[in-house]
Parts: sequence; C-alpha cells; structure tokens
Amino acid sequence: MTKPVTDTEQKYLLQGNEAIVEGALAAGCRFYAGYPITPSSEIAELMSVKLPTVGGTFIQMEDEIASMGAIVGASLAGVKSLTATSGPGFSLMQENLGYASMTEVPIVVVNVMRGGPSTGLPTSPAQADVMQARWGTHGDHAIIVLAVSSVADSYEITIQAFNLAEKYRTPVILLSDEIVGHTREAITLPPNKDIPIFNRIKPSVPPEWYLPYEDNSRGVPPMADIGSGYRHHVTGLMHDAKGFPNFSPEVAGGFLKRQYRKLANGADEIQMTKQFMMDDAEIAIITYGAVSRSAIRAVRMAREQGIKAGFLQLVTLWPFPKKAVDAVCRKCRAVLVPEMNMGQMVREVRAVNQTATLKQLNRFDGKFITPQILFRKLMSL
Amino acid sequence: MKKERYEMRFCGSGGQGVITAAVIFAEAAGVYGDYYVCQTQSYGPQSRGGTSMAEVVISPHEIDYPKVVNMDCLLAMNQTALDSFFSDFSPKGLLVVDSTFVGQTPTSSSISLPFTEVARELGKEIVANIVALGAVGQLCGKLPIADLEKAVLARVPEKFRDLNREALFAGVDLVKDVNVEGLNHTPSLDDIYGLSD
Repeated sequence: MTKPVTDTEQKYLLQGNEAIVEGALAAGCRFYAGYPITPSSEIAELMSVKLPTVGGTFIQMEDEIASMGAIVGASLAGVKSLTATSGPGFSLMQENLGYASMTEVPIVVVNVMRGGPSTGLPTSPAQADVMQARWGTHGDHAIIVLAVSSVADSYEITIQAFNLAEKYRTPVILLSDEIVGHTREAITLPPNKDIPIFNRIKPSVPPEWYLPYEDNSRGVPPMADIGSGYRHHVTGLMHDAKGFPNFSPEVAGGFLKRQYRKLANGADEIQMTKQFMMDDAEIAIITYGAVSRSAIRAVRMAREQGIKAGFLQLVTLWPFPKKAVDAVCRKCRAVLVPEMNMGQMVREVRAVNQTATLKQLNRFDGKFITPQILFRKLMSL
Repeated sequence: MKKERYEMRFCGSGGQGVITAAVIFAEAAGVYGDYYVCQTQSYGPQSRGGTSMAEVVISPHEIDYPKVVNMDCLLAMNQTALDSFFSDFSPKGLLVVDSTFVGQTPTSSSISLPFTEVARELGKEIVANIVALGAVGQLCGKLPIADLEKAVLARVPEKFRDLNREALFAGVDLVKDVNVEGLNHTPSLDDIYGLSD
C-alpha cells in the first residue's frame, strides 16, 4: 500500500485536478468508481491510468448513484476509496452519501464546483454547493467538508481528507472549483515517508466479541473489513451496536448524538483555517476556495495603501470553524465575506457573531471575483 | 505595487496550440527553472475550434491571483484572437503576432513575425506554436532557451522531437534582428528573475 506512485522530490506542473489524484494515491486510495463530468473529468481520467499501476481498481460506473454505491462497498471491504464529480453528479450522490454517513463508512467525495442549478454552467466556476455539501442528503448527519484553493492545497488537503475519513469513520467532501481544478502550478511532491497517513482502526477483539457500532470514548467504533471473519451487518436503517435495525428512542437518539460527538471531539484538528496578515488586522476578508487567491492579493493591495487588512481562509467549511471565525469578527471593525454564490457561508459567519459589521460580496455569473473588485470593496469598509 | 509578476497571454484559434505553448512555457519556468508559475486557460467550447486562450503568470514569489491582471506579454496567432484578448494589455507590454494571420495590430509597438510560414517551411504547420514559443522565449527576457527546449522535448512524442527542436530554434533565430530596446518594453523577465531573493 505504500509503493511510491509518482517519483517524489521532483517538480511537476500539475492541474488542481491532477494534484487531487496524486494526493489520493499518496494517502493510500486504491479504488475509484465514478462517472466523468466537467470540470472534474481529469480526476477520473488520471485515476484510470494510475490506479492499475499500483494494484488499484478503477471502474467507470453507469452513473453517480452507482458510483457512490461502489465506493461505499469498496471501503467496507477495507480499501480507501474516492469518487469525483460536479454539481449534477453531486446531486445524484446525495442518497448514497446519507447511506455512507449512516453506516459510518470512510470515503472521500470530490466536487469540482461549477455554475448551477441543474446542468447550469458546465465550464464556469462557482461555489454554490457549499450548503448542499453540508445538508444535501436528508436527515441530521455528521459530515466533514473541506475546500481547496491551489494545486498545493489540492494535494495536501486530499491527503487530510482521507486521514479524517479514516480517523472519524465518516464521509469527507472535498470541494474544489473550475478555477482551482484547471489551474496548473509547479509542485514538488514530498517523499512518501514524510506524508502522515492515518488508517482506520481495526478491531482488537476476537470476531465473536466484535460489535461494529459500539460506542467508545472517541465515539468511533473500530472497523473490520468485510470478509475478514468479523460479522458486520450494514443497513441504512437506524441500528444498534450490532448493526441490526433498532428503532428504540435510546438507540436512535444515542446514535445521532455519537455522530455529532465524534466530530466535536476532534474539532481542533478537523476545523482547519489559514491566516494571512491577521496579527494587526483591523478589517478582514473571510472566504474559501479559489476566492482565497484574490483575497490574498486584495489584502496586499490594501496594505500598500496603508490599510491594515487581513485574511482568514476556511479550509474546513463543515463543521464550521466557529472559534477562528469568531476571533476574527471580534478583532476587526469590519469583515468582508466574498463568495462565488448568492451568499451561503456568510450566513454561518453571521450566526457565529451577530454584532460584527459584516459585508458580503457575491458573484454568481460564472466569473471569478477578481482582486480589484475585492480591493475596492475593502477600501470602502 | 511592486512589480513581482510577469503576466503572459497566448491566444489563437483552437488547434493552433496556444494552450500547449503556455503549458510548455510554464514548465520551462516552473519545473526546469526555479520560479513560481500559474497557468490557466479559457475552457469550454472554445477548445473545439473558435478562439482559444491561455495565460502564464511567473514570479519569484508564491503567486496569489493566478490570472492576468496587467498583461506584460501577448502572443496572438490570428486576428480574431488578437481583437478578443488584447484588453488588459499593459501600455509597456510586449505584443508578438503571427504575421501569417494578423494584418492589423492595435499598437505600432508590436512585433510581427511569420510563425506559421516558417512552420510550413519546416514541413508541418502544426509546429507554428513552437516557433512562436522560441521567439517569445527569446524576446521576453532571459528565460533560458535550454529550459524551453527541455520542456518542449518532454511534451512531444519521440519521433517529432527533432522537428520541434528545429521549430523552437527557428523561432529564436527569427528574433535575432529585432530591437527589443527600441520597443520600450518593460519589464522584461530580467526584472522578475533579478528579484528572486
């Protein structure tokens, strides 16, 4: 599982989409099932070439519903699994995404966002699926959603996505967008030994004692590979510690509480953010994904004008990094939240801090928010 | 703002290889050279005929915004592309056009060179982009042609390597007599490369 996939310590010019593939393979992903869709198709294409060379399996499925089914199955059998899609496909994946959440199966789902709704703007960037990523599947559920802003991010955060999925037995959604997915940047891949890899914890008890959904201090039950001799009943129905359907209030309430508790326990490592020039900032931009690139430039431009601007990048969108966002809102006299949608994450910022002076800037016409637009808005705060 | 980015745009019709040329340029600077690069392109139906465009941003520092803001160099392989993608051109930018397909330039301070004609003489019109790459590489500053050569050869199949090498150096030769200083083109890549610290 640790065989080098691509020569490390060597520079490559990679697209964001290609870097996701390299990251996934470095993290130990050996199964991909998907249905190609613009602007994510390079991920499927490159996986189809690379996976067979490392003993992995690539399947082009008939649609995105089946793709999700396949990766949930592969992960249950013990193989780290990935699929990638964009808006329309992501909508189709929601049903089985809920199944993965209910059955606590570690998988990584990449959504390279494009303009919507429906088939929308296939070749244009957007960030309008951030709420869908959190609430797209029905029912209360625990889920981790991460957003990437560069080729380096696409590589590193993909590895993180697999590690978090394995550690917390949960689906992880990785959000990219048309800009990040198709931008090429030079990147040096680190040596494999320097990549922190987390593999799911396997049961330490004999098969006859194993309870696949038994609570423990972490709230994350050890996971046996299907076919390894451990009984493992899997159902989308509410289930007890044995994995069998059980609709008692204690079981149902306890199950959902544990789902939320396991991610709350890991909040410090799950809720990732990056800061730029925040130390003495008086005004700040909070954003994520490709818009982060414009934000950094706009902050630099504002600083040249003597304005103490700073930037908070949300790497983790869900669970929402409340602490980091609140700290910025308390510290700054005004906060700007630009998004390539009609205003989605800005609602969460507002919910965290109701007293901050909060401005939103939205672009939803299929075009990028440029540094100049952000700079002008910053100067007017 | 301190000049720390060199921003280039290559445009032409779909099939003229401008995206390939941009990828090769980015590889020469970012993989074979020691600089940060961001390469983006127009994406969509344009890539199947129509007008095609690709951008390269080069800097000694990490690049924030990946696209062109203030274009230092524009390579246009035909008239329609030039007309479409001339906006954002810096007044002191370097404009290089393929005289085979461009009749009118929006500024007198431009360099017209017969990239496609030269490619035809070499036997394959398809290498016009590589001829142009050699010319632009030579004109825009001190991006070592050896790095461009490595990047070109790494991108093309074995049996076309000689042809592409020939095309690259034909492009370099084309600009031997061009007086870049006379064009008042600043900044050159020299400024960028000189900045690395």
